[in-house]
Amino acid sequence: MVFKWYAHLIDNSDILEDKMELYLILILVLMILGSIYSLNASDLLSAVISYGIVGFGLVIAFLLLQAPDLAIVQVVVEVITLVVMIATIKNTQAKISQMKFKPKIAIYYALIVIAALIFVIIFEKATGCLNSFGADTMRMAEHYISGVEHTKSANLVTGVILDFRAYDTLGEATVLFTAVIGVLTILRIKGKKEEDK
Amino acid sequence: MIIYILCFLLFLVGLYGVISKRNLIKIIIGIAIMEYSINLFFIMIGYIEGSSAPIISKGFEHVNFVDPLPQALILTSIVIGLATTALLLAVAIRLYQKYGTFDINKIRDLKG
Repeated sequence: MVFKWYAHLIDNSDILEDKMELYLILILVLMILGSIYSLNASDLLSAVISYGIVGFGLVIAFLLLQAPDLAIVQVVVEVITLVVMIATIKNTQAKISQMKFKPKIAIYYALIVIAALIFVIIFEKATGCLNSFGADTMRMAEHYISGVEHTKSANLVTGVILDFRAYDTLGEATVLFTAVIGVLTILRIKGKKEEDK
Repeated sequence: MIIYILCFLLFLVGLYGVISKRNLIKIIIGIAIMEYSINLFFIMIGYIEGSSAPIISKGFEHVNFVDPLPQALILTSIVIGLATTALLLAVAIRLYQKYGTFDINKIRDLKG
């Protein structure tokens, strides 16, 4: 019986193509569960580690969606983020005061439900004009793909970010530089005291 | 369609964290989760059924590719997301050094 069902799965190519979507749905459900646990954990370390579930689930989702460049970048970014977060909470008393249910907080929950309803309506309006998942939506990208003859880059993504949109990448480098300067400025231990002496 | 709805749910979970949590680290985690869901949404729009990754290799010159444009944009977005998260964490470290807690209610009480 199981074999029959499996053979049916292989014969029907439509269902086989849907299998990719099934994997993605499983990974997304795992990511949602991980994020809910992360936000409700009573310990900050377990919150940060279960936040890692979301990031590494995203890596697998990128691989399934045929985006290997993004998967590589996401692995690096996720590891760095986890290390920095653990370094942040390392020397702190990681005890979280649990939220007590007060009537004032019930109003917050009601507000969250209302906001969620508004977002669902907006989502319905916004995705109504979207194509279904996996549909062929190439219109802009044809120019980028045929632009390979100009860029001579085997990897189309790097061709886009380093050739067609090189100014965009320059702006990204500027943002990174600014962020590094900001972090150094905020975390600088030596202040004006030495100059005063 | 269900996959878009799940991605949107992930966004809402992050929003719930930002709105209702009082711990600074959890607020930062909520912001990062929202950012991840947006990244995933863009890549899912660019995906085309049965096509391969946008890398030209020998023997695969005439295969259909997925849309490379969202991938290039999100590549930028991921790195900028790391920068903003690092900046938020630096501010959180400074607040902890000054007030000795991550709880924003206690920080507000100690301020005055």
